[in-house]
Amino acid sequence: MKKMLLELDQVDCFYSDLQVVRSASLQLQSGEVLCLLGRNGAGKTTLLKSIVGLVKKQGVIKFCGNEIGDFPAHEIPKLGVGYVPQGRRLFSELTVRENLLIGQMTRNNNNDVFENVFKLFPVLQERLEQESGTLSGGEQQMLAMARAMCIEPAVLMLDEPTEGLMPQMIANIRQAISTLKSQGVGILLVEQRVEAVLSIADRVAFIENGLIKETFDVAELSTDKSLLQKYIGI
Amino acid sequence: MDSKNSQILSLGIHAAVVISFYALQYVLPEYHLLALTRIMLLAIFALGFNLLFGYTGLLSLGHAMFFAAGMYGAGLTVYHFGWSVPGAFLFGVVCGAILGFVIGMIALRTTGVAFMIVTLMFAKVSYLVIVYFTTYTRGDEGLVMPAEFRGFELLGMSISLTDSVTRYNLALLLLTLTMLIVFLLVRGRFGRALVAIRENESRTRMLGYNTFAIKLKVLTASAALSAMAGSAYALMFAYIGSSFATIQYSIDPLLYTLLGGAGTVLGPVFGTFSMFYLIDIASEYTSAYLLVTGIVLVLLILYFPKGVFGAIRQKYCRWLP
Repeated sequence: MKKMLLELDQVDCFYSDLQVVRSASLQLQSGEVLCLLGRNGAGKTTLLKSIVGLVKKQGVIKFCGNEIGDFPAHEIPKLGVGYVPQGRRLFSELTVRENLLIGQMTRNNNNDVFENVFKLFPVLQERLEQESGTLSGGEQQMLAMARAMCIEPAVLMLDEPTEGLMPQMIANIRQAISTLKSQGVGILLVEQRVEAVLSIADRVAFIENGLIKETFDVAELSTDKSLLQKYIGI
Repeated sequence: MDSKNSQILSLGIHAAVVISFYALQYVLPEYHLLALTRIMLLAIFALGFNLLFGYTGLLSLGHAMFFAAGMYGAGLTVYHFGWSVPGAFLFGVVCGAILGFVIGMIALRTTGVAFMIVTLMFAKVSYLVIVYFTTYTRGDEGLVMPAEFRGFELLGMSISLTDSVTRYNLALLLLTLTMLIVFLLVRGRFGRALVAIRENESRTRMLGYNTFAIKLKVLTASAALSAMAGSAYALMFAYIGSSFATIQYSIDPLLYTLLGGAGTVLGPVFGTFSMFYLIDIASEYTSAYLLVTGIVLVLLILYFPKGVFGAIRQKYCRWLP
């Protein structure tokens, strides 16, 4: 049975006094991939940042039924909300191992999560002592995801994880997302590639000028292409 | 090289440096023994500064206030209240740690240039406080501690800080302890978190770290180490003066660290040693010795932008802490 993980109700987000997202409401269940789709500047990244406490916001944000809107940013990952920002943002002078350890250190248990991570991204095991700044773009993306997975998240938020990657790497990332989904992780995905969205997402929320317009099942989008034309001009 | 071997090797290199310092006392003349004692104490100051600047990326321009807190905390209690040397030494360290914690609570609400200015401002205030209470501190003139206050008993041994070999070995003991503390801190979880903050603080927060608390801890530790250097300096050289709280003493550890290599344990030690002798030797030949020092620093920035040990680590041994 699916469990409700993340609920946003009437969330407004601000940069200083400038309102960027208005009245955003959405829900994410375990083992579900929900994709935020919209043009550049629509407010997708801002909405993700508001969930992890990096942006000023109003409204209700619940994780597993508990209100987390007022939690400081450093408390939210400990609850089980992982976030992989756009552009990877690794600690480039640290090795792959050290990046993973930093991800692992905030957990409250001593489970060996490395094994799970290496099953998904075997290449990281070969690069353990390599400085992360010297990895290829795809490997860096894998490491960014792996590091977020080290907190054993119930919800993983990925901001354009396939941006700028070669097709083989994109396939690897997609495969990893599918595996996480099958393990019951709820995934909130920001993605620009429509074909990627249609192949891995369960639902798609269209966001435009800071407003979530509508949410559709992927099956609806696959059959009615006019919806994509309407919201993102494809 | 795997992490266990690299840890053993890096420990060995640091131990070799300590052993070399120990061996030098048997061959060096009195003058250099005195110079090296000063160098070791200033290196402790630089190591404390480096913990904040090199590993965490926070550039303080007011570290002289922590050095002075240790110096006055130890010196005034001995001079005015007749405290024993060990008690006064510990009191000096505690003074620095408390000052670091209080300043940190305020200054760490800022970042970057604002942090530099706030710490500089607090250092200036500390200097003015010392000068204002001139009745007790004798301001710029300073205080000279009588020789009878500089002896103490420890574990049944009678120790006098007027003896240069004793001072040398105590300074070496403190330097070894400081290097060990910094080594253990930066090799472990705490050190990784510091480097993560230096590289990207918001990202570190998103991974579940309370970065303010970590920065406050490291600033307090850095201040305590700087105060330890100041405290030992006052007791070993029997003089405390407000000149140790001036901006120059805030800039010195920065130069030592940049010269030796920020974010390395051996860098500040090497930087202090090199800078001290560079000035010492240059001043024998010219009164424009600061010009010589400046030229050397410019060349260093051109050819070793990460400092000597920073360059060594980058090219040959990335595992060096």
